Amino acid sequence: MAWAPHGLANGTVTTKWPRRPDAYFDDFPASVEVVVPEDAAPAADAAVLAAANACPTRAIAVEAGEVSLDRGRCILCGRCTRLAPETFRFEPGSATASLGREGLIVGAHEENDEALQRLRADLKARVRHLGRSVHIRHVDAGSDGSDEWELQALSSPVYDIHRLGIFFTASPRHADILMVTGIGTDGMAGPLRRTLDGMPEPIVVMAVGTDAVSGGLVGGGYTDGIGIAPRLASGGRGVDVWVPGSPASPFSVLHGILLALGRVDESGLRTRRGGRA
Amino acid sequence: MSEARTNATPTAPTAPLTTPSVTTLPDTASWHDGVVAAVTEGARFAGLYADRDRLIAVLDGDHGFELIETTIERDADGTASYPSLSNEVPPAFWYERAAYDLSGLIPTGHPRPDPLLLPLHPGSDRPAPGAPVTDLGALIVSADTDAPGPVDLRGHGLLTLMFGPVRSGVSESIEFLIETPGEDIPHLNIRPHFKHRGIAKRFEALAPQDAVLVAERVEGIASVAHALAFSHAVESAAGTRVPPRARLLRVVYAELERIANHLECAMRLSDAAGLSVAIARFAWHKELVMRTMSTLTGSRFGRGAVIPGGVRAPRVDPVVAFDADWSRLRNRILDDRRRVMRTSSFLDRLRGTGVLDADYARRWALVGPIGRASAHAVDARWQHPYDGYRSLPLPAEPALDTDGDARARLRVRWQEVDTSFDLIERAVVALDQIEDSRWSGDRPVTVPDGPALGVAEGPQGEVLYSVRFEGGVIARCLARSPALHDLVAFHDAFHTDVFTDFAFIEASFGLSYAGVAM
Repeated sequence: MAWAPHGLANGTVTTKWPRRPDAYFDDFPASVEVVVPEDAAPAADAAVLAAANACPTRAIAVEAGEVSLDRGRCILCGRCTRLAPETFRFEPGSATASLGREGLIVGAHEENDEALQRLRADLKARVRHLGRSVHIRHVDAGSDGSDEWELQALSSPVYDIHRLGIFFTASPRHADILMVTGIGTDGMAGPLRRTLDGMPEPIVVMAVGTDAVSGGLVGGGYTDGIGIAPRLASGGRGVDVWVPGSPASPFSVLHGILLALGRVDESGLRTRRGGRA
Repeated sequence: MSEARTNATPTAPTAPLTTPSVTTLPDTASWHDGVVAAVTEGARFAGLYADRDRLIAVLDGDHGFELIETTIERDADGTASYPSLSNEVPPAFWYERAAYDLSGLIPTGHPRPDPLLLPLHPGSDRPAPGAPVTDLGALIVSADTDAPGPVDLRGHGLLTLMFGPVRSGVSESIEFLIETPGEDIPHLNIRPHFKHRGIAKRFEALAPQDAVLVAERVEGIASVAHALAFSHAVESAAGTRVPPRARLLRVVYAELERIANHLECAMRLSDAAGLSVAIARFAWHKELVMRTMSTLTGSRFGRGAVIPGGVRAPRVDPVVAFDADWSRLRNRILDDRRRVMRTSSFLDRLRGTGVLDADYARRWALVGPIGRASAHAVDARWQHPYDGYRSLPLPAEPALDTDGDARARLRVRWQEVDTSFDLIERAVVALDQIEDSRWSGDRPVTVPDGPALGVAEGPQGEVLYSVRFEGGVIARCLARSPALHDLVAFHDAFHTDVFTDFAFIEASFGLSYAGVAM
């Protein structure tokens, strides 16, 4: 069978993002937004309280009448958008990754700009030499299996991260980025640590998916899976990029990778460094 | 439409899903004999688990699903044991190990009572039957000190290759201990415990509308099938009638999920054979199928779409989602499938690889495409038809093959993809003709106390939920994925196959390890 010419049959199917906008990137409902009324904090009315109580992962906090939602806990079940549609709604757009855990909390929440600047500067110093050849080692620390599908999709012709100089690698020895999925089970604590030990400095760590960020819906039981951060903290490591989603969609993961490399910003727009992306 | 239905001769008696019949036997000896007798008489062994101090076997017999249970008395020293089924009923092999891990019930006479799901210290205490969750956590040993896995074969030149849990590429964590002289694989051990998440406990004390969200995450690549099986358990216990449009839309979601999973399998087999263009094309097709799912449900995996009592209203009219582009996608998949099934370098690697014969498949009660490729015709859509499958025309019998090798498993999947496209097409047409505009029941579903059982045919096979409700919430839940049931056959899939066949056999199984580790 002549496969090679057949591969040309349908032209280019690859997204142009981030060089050009992509409709699927922009339209996919990858997060829930807290609607803030003009000149006021989001109202904590009965509907909002009902939504906060009904949230299966307790992602919604109501403090002193102010509402916030932690996307790092949100599993996108949409229950709050049905109970309090005035306050919570699905937000189209895949630019959901954040350099700080705090950055995933939306609504009435003071973002600590200074802390974020520090994180950004620290990361920038580490990724400065990575250039256009970035290798990722993935470790599953107790996922439900869907996260791996979304990571594999990045190598498909639709996303084709090779065009951006990004590759998945078999060996931790070649890896620049450690990408971790899953709730961080007891059983994977050792293999995760040994993978980190096998990687050369500098290392960028990404927590991919709500499970990896916080343990999500399934975590928190007797296997101690409340996200991967506690697993890394014992080795003196922290998470550099947080990608929410249950699971995180391929575009959100790609946003996270390019955010880590300083090639796009939090809103998904190209930075000067990403000029040639 | 009705014509195809009347022609259909289901391969087993059709039993509508109702509350399972429960047989309680007085002691463990009569329980053991009762289960063995039922299986000998032709009942299909579908699972085994413990609920507090009760031991429950799930069987699928002539009159539908049956639970055979008994109460286990503890000895003076607190241990609880029962005569193992595994020697007479092979598929109980992993279930008995899992029940030992999770509930501390000792299967006496089990050929290999090693830990399966919990990474415990060798010789450490197991959780006592009905132990509270906090005690369980203290028993788990961190993998930092986890002892290496067992070595069974010894001889000149034999080595044990630890493959996993972190493997090359992007994959789920599992460890295969491959014992090999270098080329053949005479023996293999599977250790899935690394990603054990404590799923069974997670279900407990949850109301149905919360539990369905957990069900979607038992095996993330079959979220729809799990949500369906769980919802069926709730609906059969509560006597809920699902509105006609919801029943059809459920079929659409389930078949989309099946197409995506089967394309994933074709992709991984192409990857094993190094067919770059085929990998790229199947990956592209799969992405488009997942995008169709997200257009309809907002989730690429159809999460949140199926709820007990019905479905959520789709985000767009299904007629709009399945337009001319969808027909073109079907044709492209058909074309690429013809190509790959005529590529000799590909077929040479699949033919005769990873053979499981019909007798083996029957004895191990294998489900899904793995069973069906070895002539074991278990498919819940035929044997326990539910939702839209009751009204839509199905072929006379499920896709079957007799070769039992990797190629047969792929052939079965391709046939199923055809059926899936047909079912979606007909369901969408039928959806448009239904006047009842409801997507779910008017009232929230309330469940009575007692046992409930639900099944759905996922892409990997039968998904089964055996649940006991108490006070409107879950008291105990067996979320049995097809992966837990079928992966055990991986031990026996290497006959004359060599090391380089491993990737083909694994891909042809196409199982999710999250579903195994629970």
